[in-house]
Amino acid sequence: MTKSNTITKATVAHVVKLANLKLTPQELELFTRQLSQILEYVGQLEQVDTKNIQPIAQITGLENVERSDEPTTQPLTQEEVLFNASSTHNNLFKVKAILKESSDM
Amino acid sequence: MRMNKQQNKKYEPVIGLEVHVQPATRTKMFCAHPVPEFGAQPNTCVCPVCLGLPGALPVPNKQAIEWTVLIGLALGCKIANFSKFDRKNYFYPDLPKGYQISQYDLPFCQDGKVRLDPPDGRAGSGKLVRIRRVHLEEDTGKLMHSYQLSPANHSFSLIDFNRSGVPLVEIVTEPDISSASEAKEYVTKLAQIIRYLGVSYADMEKGQMRLEPNVSLRKVTSDKKQVTNLPDYKVEVKNINSFRFVERAINYEIQRQQELLEKGEKIAQETRGFDEKRGITVSQRVKEEAQDYRYFPEPDIPPIRFSDSQTSDIRHQISELPDAKRGRFVKQYGLTAPQATNLIQTQQLADFFEEAVKDGKKFGQEAKTIANVIINKKINWQNLLPAQLVQALVHGQREEIEPGVLEKAIDVVIARNKETIESFKKGKTGVLEFLVGQVLKETKSRGNPTEIREKLLEKLLIKE
Amino acid sequence: MRLNELTIKDAHEGLKKKQFSAVELTKAVLSEIKKKEKTIRAYITVTEQEALDGARKVDQLITDNQPLGPLSGIPVAVKDVISTQGVETSAGSKILEGYIPPYDATVVQKLREQNVVIIGKTNCDEFAMGSSTENSAYQKTKNPHDTTRVPGGSSGGSAAAVAAHECLLSLGSDTGGSIRQPAALCGVVGLKPTYGRVSRYGLIAMASSLDTIGPIAKTVEDAALALTLIAGHDPLDATTRNVPVPDYTKKLRDGIVGVRVGVPREYFGQGLNTDVRKMVERAIKQLEEQGAKVVEISLPYQEYALAVYYIIVPSEISANMARFDGVRYGKDRAHFGDEVKRRIMLGTYTLSSGYYDQYYNKAAKVRALIKRDFDEAFRKVDVIIGPTSPSVAWKFGEKTDNPLEMYLSDIYTITANLVGIPGISIPCGQVQGLPVGLQIMGPHFGEEKVLQIAYAYEQTTK
Repeated sequence: MTKSNTITKATVAHVVKLANLKLTPQELELFTRQLSQILEYVGQLEQVDTKNIQPIAQITGLENVERSDEPTTQPLTQEEVLFNASSTHNNLFKVKAILKESSDM
Repeated sequence: MRMNKQQNKKYEPVIGLEVHVQPATRTKMFCAHPVPEFGAQPNTCVCPVCLGLPGALPVPNKQAIEWTVLIGLALGCKIANFSKFDRKNYFYPDLPKGYQISQYDLPFCQDGKVRLDPPDGRAGSGKLVRIRRVHLEEDTGKLMHSYQLSPANHSFSLIDFNRSGVPLVEIVTEPDISSASEAKEYVTKLAQIIRYLGVSYADMEKGQMRLEPNVSLRKVTSDKKQVTNLPDYKVEVKNINSFRFVERAINYEIQRQQELLEKGEKIAQETRGFDEKRGITVSQRVKEEAQDYRYFPEPDIPPIRFSDSQTSDIRHQISELPDAKRGRFVKQYGLTAPQATNLIQTQQLADFFEEAVKDGKKFGQEAKTIANVIINKKINWQNLLPAQLVQALVHGQREEIEPGVLEKAIDVVIARNKETIESFKKGKTGVLEFLVGQVLKETKSRGNPTEIREKLLEKLLIKE
Repeated sequence: MRLNELTIKDAHEGLKKKQFSAVELTKAVLSEIKKKEKTIRAYITVTEQEALDGARKVDQLITDNQPLGPLSGIPVAVKDVISTQGVETSAGSKILEGYIPPYDATVVQKLREQNVVIIGKTNCDEFAMGSSTENSAYQKTKNPHDTTRVPGGSSGGSAAAVAAHECLLSLGSDTGGSIRQPAALCGVVGLKPTYGRVSRYGLIAMASSLDTIGPIAKTVEDAALALTLIAGHDPLDATTRNVPVPDYTKKLRDGIVGVRVGVPREYFGQGLNTDVRKMVERAIKQLEEQGAKVVEISLPYQEYALAVYYIIVPSEISANMARFDGVRYGKDRAHFGDEVKRRIMLGTYTLSSGYYDQYYNKAAKVRALIKRDFDEAFRKVDVIIGPTSPSVAWKFGEKTDNPLEMYLSDIYTITANLVGIPGISIPCGQVQGLPVGLQIMGPHFGEEKVLQIAYAYEQTTK
């Protein structure tokens, strides 16, 4: 059974939203085409028999790498923390309003 | 949800609880930066890792992992031999990396249970609440909004990243809870166990413990098959900032849902925030689409393997938990279950009681008496030494005693303590209190200590 | 010979013998930069003042007869994806234009501790995504051998700077060949160490389970000197291993008699340019004449390597690029270039609900099979050898219309990253004036053997 590896504009639009990106309509066209091409190519993995094969998430073979609960990190100064921000207010990072609550009365 | 108008429209709540507890570590979860103190200036407790700077990498806190396992064991969970961290991907301004390092399919602990306190005299349900999982993750920064500063202004939001990266243990129950009061019981019990373990202060007002109930309603039915069906929606309630509001928030939500269902309306699966001023839950306008977190194993952190002996070492760190202590108090001190439940509320109170009992033995004071005084006399035990309480008891008792009986008791004590009396005469006046205590023991705490002291002195000096 | 044309080894000797000063050495490099940068455009930032201050400090040490480390006073360039405290680190992207890190990458700290002179930050494909440096949001770096052609990528600036003698050493990063391939196309030495040999702390992450920092140098010995300095366990990077760091120059001259050299038949099929093939085969013959035992091996899962790479890497990229929201630093996400956007979207898709098993999980399983190929190969041979790149440097714009075609230029280098093994590219001749690279790969933490073979071959070209 070959699963389809092409991707539709609608799916790309959904992916764009999930990825917090914005595309122009021309970009959506172009990227849909290019992503389809790439997915078609990588889709060949389907043919590979991977029965009983464990997926690799780590190639170091390391386990249990932890650190003790000792405060050894040099803290950043408030100035350093805020230095690269485009917008701040009273030493807080400032962003456009996140609309959160609304009354449903 | 099909509504059959002929049926009895009675609904029962189906509640699951998600509790986040901050373990009392000195440093954050994935960096060796100290955990922020309550009230610290904004953006002064961050390092490249917890600020999410490009190039920064996470290294997990061993203490946080061990305490998570400790909590899981105390809740009767199975501990995973092989576990890992995963990336939970979503965008929100208070999430600096654009993903949270959490755990997905292989959490540290699974399948535990908590038995709520039995109904003996107090309002207890004795309910068994199953624990689905206990896992470890990191906290986000804190968002504030312009309308919190000035209500008409909805133009901007502000972020403080001090709390970003603080470790959080997440404890999730099955939807076994059936009322707001049961929820409150569960949260109280959970906090008690956690404080007993000594792994967190679990102070809700300091943000060290947060809870999010998932509330839905199910039609009550005598059909055995339907009883275990879960409703096809659930509403998550956020922003419950104090123990006082737990029952109120849940009861409001149950009421709200009931009214909608009775009108024949469908209930939206959503997240709602509790408004403590108005005592209501309010819809939070989030994206309608369900979140796709695209979990995958965290490549920057190698997996964690626990051997059985490591788990057992951690288990040995657990000293007596509340339920075991209650059982022992009833047996060992002959207390009633309600009395024992009261005295084990905190480890500190339980220890105080036991110290007082130990000390009280010297003065013939019984455990039951001491228990009674602590429970009923509303004494400020935190500002007392156990020995002081015992003395107060001893001196406070003014039970009448016949002079002849008292005389006899004093004589018995004098006869029995010749050596002590010798040392008294030689100048060791401190032993007088001991002798007073001996007399009280003899009289089974009857008699006024001052009177006894005077009479003893008379007799001792006469013998001279 | 001008001072900037020296190797690290010779420059160190010269400094020790007081034949010239560190300031003179740095000035020679800076003057070459001023001459060549109009054309080559290898640097995004040149830290002239800091470099001269650093050189003066070394001269003081020399005057005081203090011991001089092998890289002290040596002018080194750092790829702009590696964080340098107080110095703009752009990752070749408009997103990080003006971003000044408040901390140093661990490798940069190691350079500073040894009083290495950091000359500047080099150009690269945006966020290290690319094989020609054409994806840089700032400038096109030219191949010093033919300025109408690409230098390779993504560490194109680093490789061109070394090839043009605009520094004596540069640090690059390699996720799918980004050190080795530009080194091959520019005719210099590029070493990708074992994953976990060098700390990634401070490297702007592209694909966390493949990214590696490594040196680009003029000679194998220079690369060995650099590796000795930057390698080591780092408590700030949980994926570094606690393996002791030897002096990587010690065994260089051990020779290659009896060394078993594996040649995978899959590397010599279609897609490999005929002239490049001839050069590589000649190089292998040279090694045989020197006493190496050449063994033909097979890596059956090689044909799936690119597919595995272009699922796993974009998946990790999509998560690693999520922190760029313009809130704490940088500009908002509209400023990403096309290739970055493409990979973010691809990776978001391959991780998404309903597709995770078909793509990401499947690729992770085939990755295990590719690893098995190499584990079995290294039971039969000591090193694996082949071409670094299927072609020599191509002309600007030749491959930019078709992403897949660009991806294919990494066909021989990606497997070392998927499996985590070390690989080096060394020059093995030219085709019509354009350099050809020979790649030598070894087992995990087998850098000594890899460098040894590379050195032996290098000697035959002298």
